[in-house]
Order: sequence, then C-alpha cells, then structure tokens
Amino acid sequence: MSAPLLEIDDLRVHFSTDEGVVRAVDGVSLEIAEGEMLGIVGESGSGKSVASLTVLGLTRAANAEITGQISFEGQDLTAMDDEGLRRIRGNGIAMIFQDPLSALHPFYRVGNQLVEAIQVHRDVGDADARARAVELLELVGIPDPGRRMGEYPHELSGGMRQRVMIAMALTNDPRLLIADEPTTALDVTTQAQILRLIERLRRELGMAVIMITHDLGVIAEVADRVMVMYAGEAVEAGTLEQIFYDPQHPYTWGLLGSLTRVDQPRLARLAQIAGQPPSLINPPGGCHFRDRCPHEFAKCTEHPDLERRGGDAGHRDRCWLAPDRKREARVIASTGAIGLEAAKEPAS
Amino acid sequence: MSSLAESGPVPAGAGVGAEGPILVVERLVKHFPIKAGILIDRQIGAVRAVDDVSFSVDRGETLGLVGESGCGKSTLARSILQLIAPTSGSVRFEGREVAGLGRRAARELRADMQMVFQDPYASLNPRKRIAQIIGDPMLLHGIVERGEVKAVVQDLLETVGLNPEHYNRFPHEFSGGQRQRIGIARALGLRPKLIIADEPVSALDVSIQAQIINLLEDLQEEYRLTYVFVAHDLSVVRHVADRIAVMYLGKIVEIGPAEAVYDTPIHPYTEALLSAVPIPDPRANAARRQIVLEGDVPSPADPPAGCRFHTRCPRATDVCSTGEPLLIDHGGGHHAACHHPLDRA
Ligand SMILES: Nc1ncnc2c1ncn2[C@@H]1O[C@H](COP(=O)(O)OP(=O)(O)OP(=O)(O)O)[C@@H](O)[C@H]1O
Ligand SMILES: Nc1ncnc2c1ncn2[C@@H]1O[C@H](COP(=O)(O)OP(=O)(O)OP(=O)(O)O)[C@@H](O)[C@H]1O
Ligand code: SF4
Ligand SMILES: [Mg+2]
Ligand SMILES: [Mg+2]
Repeated sequence: MSAPLLEIDDLRVHFSTDEGVVRAVDGVSLEIAEGEMLGIVGESGSGKSVASLTVLGLTRAANAEITGQISFEGQDLTAMDDEGLRRIRGNGIAMIFQDPLSALHPFYRVGNQLVEAIQVHRDVGDADARARAVELLELVGIPDPGRRMGEYPHELSGGMRQRVMIAMALTNDPRLLIADEPTTALDVTTQAQILRLIERLRRELGMAVIMITHDLGVIAEVADRVMVMYAGEAVEAGTLEQIFYDPQHPYTWGLLGSLTRVDQPRLARLAQIAGQPPSLINPPGGCHFRDRCPHEFAKCTEHPDLERRGGDAGHRDRCWLAPDRKREARVIASTGAIGLEAAKEPAS
Repeated sequence: MSSLAESGPVPAGAGVGAEGPILVVERLVKHFPIKAGILIDRQIGAVRAVDDVSFSVDRGETLGLVGESGCGKSTLARSILQLIAPTSGSVRFEGREVAGLGRRAARELRADMQMVFQDPYASLNPRKRIAQIIGDPMLLHGIVERGEVKAVVQDLLETVGLNPEHYNRFPHEFSGGQRQRIGIARALGLRPKLIIADEPVSALDVSIQAQIINLLEDLQEEYRLTYVFVAHDLSVVRHVADRIAVMYLGKIVEIGPAEAVYDTPIHPYTEALLSAVPIPDPRANAARRQIVLEGDVPSPADPPAGCRFHTRCPRATDVCSTGEPLLIDHGGGHHAACHHPLDRA
C-alpha cells in the first residue's frame, strides 16, 4: 500500500480553562488513503470536531496545547506555520462545518461568496470565477444555478445551503474533504440526497473524505473504515465490516446494542449504556470507559493503548479483555439488534 | 374499502385497549395567518400547518407521529393540548370536547394530558430548583399538600432514575439526559392518562436515548399510560409505537398498525421516507433499494393542489395534481391517502 494521504499519530489537544485542563482530544491516531472514506463516530463532546479542526490548524490558541503528528502528503502540519496551513486549506484539504449557516455570510449573495472563495486561491478574473461558480453549483446538484447565484443564504432550504457549502469546499479541488456532521441538521430525505452527493463527488473527483457523525447508520452507508471515539480517545478503529460485525470494544457494543432499526420490529428492550460520559477535565485514570463498563476488571485501572488485540489485521482497540472473553461478552451486551450474531460466521 | 366521508369514521386504534379510544381528533385544522401592512394588519395568506387531521388513540397504546421538519407535528401536538387554539375541528378526551373549553376547565384536563418537550434545556426554568419544577404544578392542581411535596418529588425522582437527594439542585447541574428525566418526572407528577412527547429523545446521544426510551416504556406499563410519541427519527418510532401516523405538509397521508406501515407501506411518501433512513448494518444497507426523493418539501403557505406530495412523487399522474386523495381504509385499520397506492403483495 502506498503512503497514506493523511496520517495522524497520537494527537492530543488540551485546553486550559478556569475549571482546569480540558483534554478534548487525548490520543487520536488514524490514516486515510487517497479516495478513501473514513467515518469518525462518537457521542457529543467526544472530541470529533476538535480533532478535525486541529488538522487544519483551527484550534491553535494561547490556551491550547497541541501534541502529536499530523502529516499530509508527507508534510508535518503540526509544525507548519500559519501561512503554510493557509496554503494547505486552499489547496489540499477542505472542510464542511457542522453549522452551515455560520459558515455562510448572511448578507452576501451565494454567488459572490463562491466567487470570492475561488479568487482567494486562484488568480482568475471575475467572469471566469463566475463561470466556475456556476459549474460548481451544477456539480453539487443545484437546479437553475445561474438564478441561485443571486440569492441570499436564508432564501435557500437547509439542503440547498449544505450543497452550497459543499460547492465552497470544492473550489480548490481538495484531495481531502473533512465533513463535520454535514447532515445532522437535515431531514432524512435531504440527508439521503447529500450523502449520495458526497459519494458521487468522491468517486468523480477521487478525493478522500473524513465523515464525522454521531449516527452509525450514516457510517454504515458511506464509510470504508471507521474510528470510534469516546471521551477524547479513539477507542476502536477498523474496517466497516470489522467494526459492525466483529467489534472489540465494550463501548462499541453498547452503541450498537442501543440502536433502534427502521427495518426490524421492536425488540423487548434496548440495551442501554448506564451513566454518562466522563468529564474531560479529570477523566478517570485507566480505561476512560471503566465506570460505565459492565465488564470492568482489575487490569482496567491501567490505561490501554490503541493496538491490535483480538481483531484481524488493521483492527485496533483499547480494551484489556482477552479475545475469548470479548467474543462471549459482546453477544450478551447486544440484544441481537446488530449483526453480532452474523459475526460468528466468517464474513462473506 | 370505505372512503372517509365528511363525518365518516376516524382512523381507529388497533384495539390494544378494549375500552375504546381515549383521544379522538376530528377534522382538526390549525392555520397561522400571514400578515402584511403597516397601519392595518391585512391577512394575506395562511401557513396551513395542520390541515384537516383526524385520528384516534386507544387507552394504553402508543401512537407514533412522524414526518419531516415543518410538516406540522408540533402544531398538532399543541393543538390537541389546547396550548394553541385550533382554527377548527374537534378534540375529544375521554368523550369530552376539549377544543374551545374555558381556561379553568382546560387546565384541569391538561393534568390528564401532559406534554414532554424536545429541548431538555429550554423546557426547564433555570432559576427554579428541581423540587419546585416538579412540585409546583402538583400543588397548583391540588394533587399534593404542601407538607408532603418533598417526599412525593423524591419518589418521582427515584421513579425516573435520578438521585432523590438532588431535589434541591438547579437544572444546569444536570446533563441533557437527566434533564429529560426531570421533564418526564414533572409530567408524571400530575398523574396524567395521556402523555404527548414531542421529540423526547432527539436532542440526546444514542446511549442516553436508549435509557429514556426504556424508561418511557417501563412507565407506560406501570401506570397504563397512553402515548402520542412525536419524532422525526423513524427507527426510534418503530421501536416504541403500536401505530404510526405519517404526516406530510399538514396532512396525515398514512396511518395504521406499526408493522403494517413499516413492512408494507401504502403511500409512496412513506415508502421513500422509510428507505431514506440509514440502517446501522452495512450488509443490510447494501442489500436494499433506496428511493431518493428529488427536491425539497414545498411551502405549507402554498401547498400543491391535489395530492400535496405530487410534486415529488415517483408515481404521480395527472389526477394527482387535481384531485385530493382521501384517507381510505385498506384493511386492518391501515389507511392511506393516495391515488396510486403501492401494491401490498
Ligand atoms: N476552545 C475550547 N476550549 C475549551 N474546551 C473546548 C474548546 N473547544 C472544545 N472544547 C471541549 O472539548 C470537548 C470536545 O468537543 P468537540 O466539539 O470536539 O466534541 P464533538 O465530538 O464534536 O461533539 P458534538 O457531537 O457535540 O459536535 C468538549 O467537551 C468541548 O466542550
Ligand atoms: N406560531 C407560528 N406562527 C406561524 N407559523 C408557524 C407557527 N408555528 C409553526 N409554524 C409553521 O407551521 C408549520 C409546521 O410547524 P411545526 O413546528 O408544527 O412542524 P414540525 O413537524 O413540528 O417540525 P419539526 O420537526 O421541525 O419540529 C411550519 O411551516 C412552521 O413554520
Ligand atoms: S396520490 Fe399520486 S402524487 Fe400522491 S402519493 Fe399517491 S401517487 Fe404520489
Ligand atoms: Mg462536533
Ligand atoms: Mg416539532
């Protein structure tokens, strides 16, 4: 396999605040290859946004301590100056933010915002930039793009706005698109449109995508590989098949077991994870999931690394349980809602 | 097949409760006027948020109310509880007409019909302690004496899985899931028969969602509660509901027993909506056929003529843009409003 497009090694982002040090990201390692779609899933506050913003240098601040390596096409982004990062943002990596309204200026016409974004990074005249803008709106499936250019963000529906955001992100032909919850604010039918769009663009433009979401359904639809985050850490990472049909971490089991499914009748009762995520100011020592984990044992007071344990090659997790224990325990942990039963048979 | 005539039968329950419906909603309409004019307010139109909706709910059952943002779910919920005055139509609770009741009588009835809200942050008064938030409505309705309120509140906290010692805390000292439990405890305190829960878990993380769903189900069993469960998440609704009503632009387009609606939808909108929901199982996801609807939902201020769905419907023909389809019984209490119902082989 060729060198990954983006490689993150043991990233940590700690913010000092009045209440103490917030360990927002506390050990994230990942790789993403050209054209690949990586899903990052985790609950609110688990550090998904901070981790992805940090890739673009957008969390740099006086109160932020950032350690670890982020290398993109062989360049180390953590060591790069702001000017260099700006160039990367213009030319290699683009991001779609969680809140589409905040990223579009309310008082400027959509077309002008696009033209400006194009001209920031490209030395092109107005006419060419406008033509390119129309082309981009067309590419993201906006009907009658010429007319839409003259509209203001509030005149667009949520789905249209998200398409415009995606068009903005594409102005610089990115090699990597980071999409932070691009469909969370949308209805399901619109979400389906946007997910289709992102998949099509990935195929046509050959770009890699990091898809951040709290919805395992979205992950199941689009991702090639998955990273599960909990309390600032990657607790499990593997292929889509590995995470869904051979999950190794009790938190992942809990997530999968607590899901409802639209294609299956109700089960007697949902498996639930007791308690709440820990504070990131003083996370429990040892395994961060320890005080919610039904399988906790003596070893769990030590902090587990993210490494290959019971899973197949390329599948890593942070849980001390022995592989056989995991196989037994996870079937009980899930009510059978998810494909854990299927996991007993070899993947087809 | 019988068509739903002007005063025809109201789509009824699956017979979960033998005593018949606890709630009957008939031809309910809520239009919000759109005004213009500087000196004199002129009404230039109306948002037809709820437009001629009829259904009933049996005692002890859970009716799931689904549909996309802006289709009128919250407006319907609020009109039932008389939190907003309906434009027209009837709401009968245990046989008594609720629409147009005086404030006092409405308040009394409201104790029997409680609402749990979507936003666990906005729905609790930040300056009140938990003891007051849960206890005050009970005192107001004369359900408890002042002297026993603390003990009752602590009981309720325990029932919803919170630490009874926390009765003196403020809302900001609780997490989202815990606040939702407080909202549920407040509703339960009035000993309601019917709870209308408007997106009760939408703002919560999945692991916390499961806790609240399990809690609501336990309480239903224990107190024989009836639920109207409003949500846009069709997977959650499938898990909790006995019957499902699907709304589109202010209308119920399909209603029936949950399994029938999910497994053999009749209305093309229901089919498309269900197929858009991602399944958290990659193999199952890859194996199914997804229908992706084009375009956006039209404005409820100017809904399309005929069938409101015809502008996006893959099955639409000429008749769909002229004649409004009636909500028709397709057997087994499964009703749908469509000129070209899907085959149910
Ligand atoms: N600038 C900052 N200073 C201090 N704490 C911060 C800062 N930015 C984020 N945090 C904290 O870091 C943690 C992780 O936040 P982050 O936004 O990455 O979560 P997330 O996984 O994206 O959650 P969500 O799903 O809600 O978007 C949170 O506890 C948040 O409050
Ligand atoms: N007080 C109001 N004045 C005017 N229009 C209103 C008012 N309340 C709601 N509406 C409109 O009525 C329609 C239905 O709104 P409603 O809140 O009932 O939808 P909903 O199905 O609950 O949506 P969501 O899933 O977003 O909560 C929308 O077009 C909304 O903008
Ligand atoms: S009536 Fe026509 S437009 Fe409406 S849902 Fe049925 S087929 Fe589609
Ligand atoms: Mg985030
Ligand atoms: Mg609503």
